[in-house]
Amino acid sequence: MSDILKIGERSFSSRLMLGTGKYKDFQETKDAISASGAEIVTVAIRRTNLGQNSNEPNLLDFIDPEKWTILPNTAGCFTADDAIRTCQLSRELLDGKTFVKLEVLGDEENLFPNMSETIKAAQVLIDEGFEVLVYCSDDPIFCKELDDAGCVAIMPLASPIGSGLGIINPYNLSMIIEDSQKPVIVDAGVGTASDASIAMELGCDGILMNTAVAMAQDPILMASAMKKAVLSGREAFLAGRMPKKSYGSASSPKKGLIE
Amino acid sequence: MPPKVEVILNGKHKRLESNKLSDLISISNLENKRFAIEINNEIVPKSQHDSFLITNQDKIEIVEAVGGG
Repeated sequence: MSDILKIGERSFSSRLMLGTGKYKDFQETKDAISASGAEIVTVAIRRTNLGQNSNEPNLLDFIDPEKWTILPNTAGCFTADDAIRTCQLSRELLDGKTFVKLEVLGDEENLFPNMSETIKAAQVLIDEGFEVLVYCSDDPIFCKELDDAGCVAIMPLASPIGSGLGIINPYNLSMIIEDSQKPVIVDAGVGTASDASIAMELGCDGILMNTAVAMAQDPILMASAMKKAVLSGREAFLAGRMPKKSYGSASSPKKGLIE
Repeated sequence: MPPKVEVILNGKHKRLESNKLSDLISISNLENKRFAIEINNEIVPKSQHDSFLITNQDKIEIVEAVGGG
């Protein structure tokens, strides 16, 4: 079944996006990405180690930017200005690529986004020609504002980053999906495969996750589980689930029972 | 001899023996690596790395891609 995810002008056949943080080493990161089938992988931008370990391998030596679509994030930024600078650095780092995940945090503990700074940064970045995929709260009004501003994908949290609490507000997500003209990608909160399926069954266009895979006992196996969960959730959404009933309904015929 | 400069490099005060950005890249073992440089909040594009001259008290950020979600 051909089921292409379009983000801006780009097309993808996988609806699972994977973060590259918290793995044991770069090899495990790469193996998890391969097992997940993800085509888009996120990276963070940080100061280069200029000290004694300056000959350490770099993440992008393992994750070839020609093979995967690298999505640099602005994680750790608490102001629009810092997020904008980070995106400009990532564009320089990735030879002019303008695909970015905007994330402006508001609180160090709960990692909820600061939405006023997020919207401010999104507007500047879009004006500068960036393709902005935006991490945001699951508030339909903010999501609509980011959609109207020209973000290429809306990425509401399902629950706090790294919490693994799953989809805690499916009703908000449904409203956002209904209103959005852009792909809605759940970013953050997925803990296990069923969470991914639930998000996809709701009609999300994709899921971005990191901790659920990296912190599993067996990250490679969990990456494979997530690949299947996203696919089954998507197929169930496309198939259209049966209506829920509050009474029983036998599947076997009543006629022809032996006496 | 190029003039020495005092800068803030990735958040640390540092005295450099040369004001050439290309020398800083070289002593930092960054040649042929994937990185980006910002000086005083402005990107210095790769095309300018060879010719760019650092000024005293410049605030230099050199970044790379690391694992993140």
